[in-house]
Amino acid sequence: MPVSAANSKLIYDALKECDIRLVSALPETWLVHLIRLTDEDPEMILVRLAKEEEAVGISAGAHFAGVKSAMLMQNHGFLASINGIVSFAHLYKIPLLMLISYRGSLGERDPWQTQGGNVTEPLLRALRIPYFFLDGWETVKKRIRQAQTLAESSLQPVALLLTRDLMWEE
Amino acid sequence: MQRIHCLRSVYSDLENCLVVTIMGAVAAELQSLGHRPNFFYLQHAMGLASSTGLGLALCMPEQTVIVFDGDGSLLMNLGSLSTMARYRPQKLVHVVFDNESLLSVGGFPTATSTGTDLEGIARAAGIPRVTTIRSVESFKAAVNEAIQGSELTTIIAKVEAKGPAAYVTDLSLLENRFQFHRHIQSLKTR
Repeated sequence: MPVSAANSKLIYDALKECDIRLVSALPETWLVHLIRLTDEDPEMILVRLAKEEEAVGISAGAHFAGVKSAMLMQNHGFLASINGIVSFAHLYKIPLLMLISYRGSLGERDPWQTQGGNVTEPLLRALRIPYFFLDGWETVKKRIRQAQTLAESSLQPVALLLTRDLMWEE
Repeated sequence: MQRIHCLRSVYSDLENCLVVTIMGAVAAELQSLGHRPNFFYLQHAMGLASSTGLGLALCMPEQTVIVFDGDGSLLMNLGSLSTMARYRPQKLVHVVFDNESLLSVGGFPTATSTGTDLEGIARAAGIPRVTTIRSVESFKAAVNEAIQGSELTTIIAKVEAKGPAAYVTDLSLLENRFQFHRHIQSLKTR
């Protein structure tokens, strides 16, 4: 599978360096290595979800408990989480670090991903969620740290879009 | 059986628990008994009270966490039962007040009014202890047993579709949220 194991490891190590101790996830192709790394790490709590919106509540609970968390999801999972983001994370000022695989964008071969790709950025903008790209290995560590810092200081969700350039080797 | 009587019967047992409620009647009635810093009322995001309780319980495994859920909210996030069952935190108590109704929007009947069995769903999802309660005395006993026990428990409490006169209280959402957060941090330094 041409998902980049090396770049997944870079992302994972950056999350660990930010003191992330809980990761919630719903599997998708680009996230397989990240989920495996989380699962194999005894210092990390992995919560495998039925649906991505649950992650908003789980991360809020972790925040109340003083534990830093991250959410791994596909952009369609972000679409499925929007009510939770608005009526919990925004309403109650909960910091969320959302790592979203940006399917349906440049180079996408799967027709079923393409509509979600079209609306991902417009929706993030409409929701006033600050978002940034993880698109090159050189900047992964710094951007993850900066995104988490912003989420914690602003007490709001911050999104990092995982791009094909970073996640896929072809 | 009325929800307010159930809540009153266990109010004194909640002192050392972290309590997460859903919106509407549950939040207003618990507040009417006396707000405490260990109570968090999720006044929207229907379905996510149980997820919040799960996040708390996974991060603080020694701490008893009680979620006061409802049939309407749980039906919006049935997957939460399977996620809770997957990790089954030992000190998580999940109470579902089932009034077979979306009361705060005018009493529209939910699917539990036409036979959907939340006890059966919770059991089949893998929740290790599930019980249905129809009297205040057995409610108090079941909640106490779950608090003192060490197994994830879902308690379905069949209650009347009756609520308080008003749902908005004078506790602001953010005040509640920051107070709850600060209270939990203070527990860690004790």
